[in-house]
Amino acid sequence: MIDFGYGISPSSAINLERFDRARFDRLCAEEPDVLKCMACGSCAASCPTAGHGNMNLRKVILLLGRGCDSDALAMTRSCMLCGKCLLVCPRGINTRHLILSINKIYK
Amino acid sequence: MEPKNQQKNIVVIGGGPAGIEASRTLDSLGYTVFLIEKEDRLGGHLARWDRLFPYGTPAGDVLGQMTASMGRVKWFTGTEVTQLNRLERGYNIILSNGMSVLADALLLTTGFSLFDASRKEEYGYGIYDRVITNADLEDWFSGIPVPAIDSPRRIGFVHCVGSRDEKVGNRYCSKVCCATAVKQACEIKEKFPDAVVYCFYMDLRMFGRGYEDMYLEAQKKYGIIFVRGRVSEVSEDKDGHLFVKAEDTLAGKPLRVTLDLLVLMAGMTRNTAVAPIVRALELSTMEDGFLKPKDSMTQAQSSYAAGIFYAGACTGPKTIPDTVAEAKAAAMSINEYLRDND
Ligand SMILES: Cc1cc2nc3c(=O)[nH]c(=O)nc-3n(C[C@H](O)[C@H](O)[C@H](O)COP(=O)(O)OP(=O)(O)OC[C@H]3O[C@@H](n4cnc5c(N)ncnc54)[C@H](O)[C@@H]3O)c2cc1C
Ligand code: SF4
Ligand code: SF4
Ligand code: SF4
Repeated sequence: MIDFGYGISPSSAINLERFDRARFDRLCAEEPDVLKCMACGSCAASCPTAGHGNMNLRKVILLLGRGCDSDALAMTRSCMLCGKCLLVCPRGINTRHLILSINKIYK
Repeated sequence: MEPKNQQKNIVVIGGGPAGIEASRTLDSLGYTVFLIEKEDRLGGHLARWDRLFPYGTPAGDVLGQMTASMGRVKWFTGTEVTQLNRLERGYNIILSNGMSVLADALLLTTGFSLFDASRKEEYGYGIYDRVITNADLEDWFSGIPVPAIDSPRRIGFVHCVGSRDEKVGNRYCSKVCCATAVKQACEIKEKFPDAVVYCFYMDLRMFGRGYEDMYLEAQKKYGIIFVRGRVSEVSEDKDGHLFVKAEDTLAGKPLRVTLDLLVLMAGMTRNTAVAPIVRALELSTMEDGFLKPKDSMTQAQSSYAAGIFYAGACTGPKTIPDTVAEAKAAAMSINEYLRDND
């Protein structure tokens, strides 16, 4: 490949056209509460990795729901499954279990 | 009931929920009530809606209950006010049916107009075939054919169309359209269970009792996808599909999607049909054109003019329960006014 000295980064736009919902639907079937997330950000705010890693459960849920799987999964790698987010989620989502299911379904 | 109240005439202009409810209450207080509606049926916008948020109550049932007992109210449809004069005490009102009434008090319940969605050209209402409004969708739910709705598989709802928009001169929130969007999203998903349904919102204003439950049900039971971001533009491909651009502000990324149907949540705007009355009586309006009450806290039903009162959406966007409560409050304000000025 010729090196022009610069590159075009792949588009970071969300294109719902190319989103194959099958895997997300499987996640919803196993973790129906994932649909209840109202993007409040409590989970991300209370996460002990905040400021160190890039785990942000609010964003993980959102990005999986938009077909941006690799961005989402890059985040879950910093999670240490401490379960703190579970204590603060106002929608009562079992977030820790959800993260485990994400890791299983998207592995 | 004061027997002498019967000698007092009250003219109510506008036969929507506010006018109907206020007329019935004033009638039960013994007053002689004339209710004037310019359209050929009572009910105002309520007569056009199919089911109401948040519980899906049929609008026809609500209207039926309201109009079941109009008492001695003299109501006239297809009738307008042709002339209005202020007298030393009260008002002289001449109607298009030739009647003339000497009114001791006047209640304006002239309601709102639906925002003309074609003014937001970037959304393509009136240009692209598959762009419709919330009101068009209510028509379809009521059984009126809407050709744009042809087994859609991808459906979008756009919140805040003509509201929270200084460019069209409406800075305010229309209050009812978030709840309407969520209600309609669930209803259309029920009709087309395989469709993917998106709501594009800036803030979700689910303030009322039962609204948050409706939102939760929309997410969990119906799988409605909520995207926080204002649709910036819509274009049409050669097959008539709609290409939609927005920012997914929670992801911080631009978002693109193609849809088969786009429903615009047209907001509530001032009703220009009240303009001649405003001019004749020199009433005050707010900068957005809605009628201005004397005091928004404690005298929301009073105007600046003696003997003229307001109820319902003529003073700003309101739900039906708000409107009905104001109608009752206006009847009490009129009752106090007539008692004190006896
Ligand atoms: C898309 C949409 C859906 C909605 N759904 C719901 C819902 O599910 N639940 C809910 O609580 N609320 C809902 N609303 C709000 C509801 O429609 C209003 O609260 C209600 O209609 C206000 O009643 P009103 O009597 O003040 O005004 P209107 O309903 O506008 O009635 C005013 C009446 O006055 C008449 N009039 C006006 N000027 C004159 C004149 N000069 N002479 C004679 N007659 C005149 C008009 O013809 C009209 O009949 C919805 C609103 C919208 C836009
Ligand atoms: S479980 Fe993971 S995402 Fe939740 S607070 Fe702990 S580290 Fe953060
Ligand atoms: S705390 Fe719960 S509702 Fe809030 S963003 Fe996290 S998962 Fe969603
Ligand atoms: S109720 Fe919702 S959709 Fe309507 S103007 Fe307000 S924020 Fe926008």
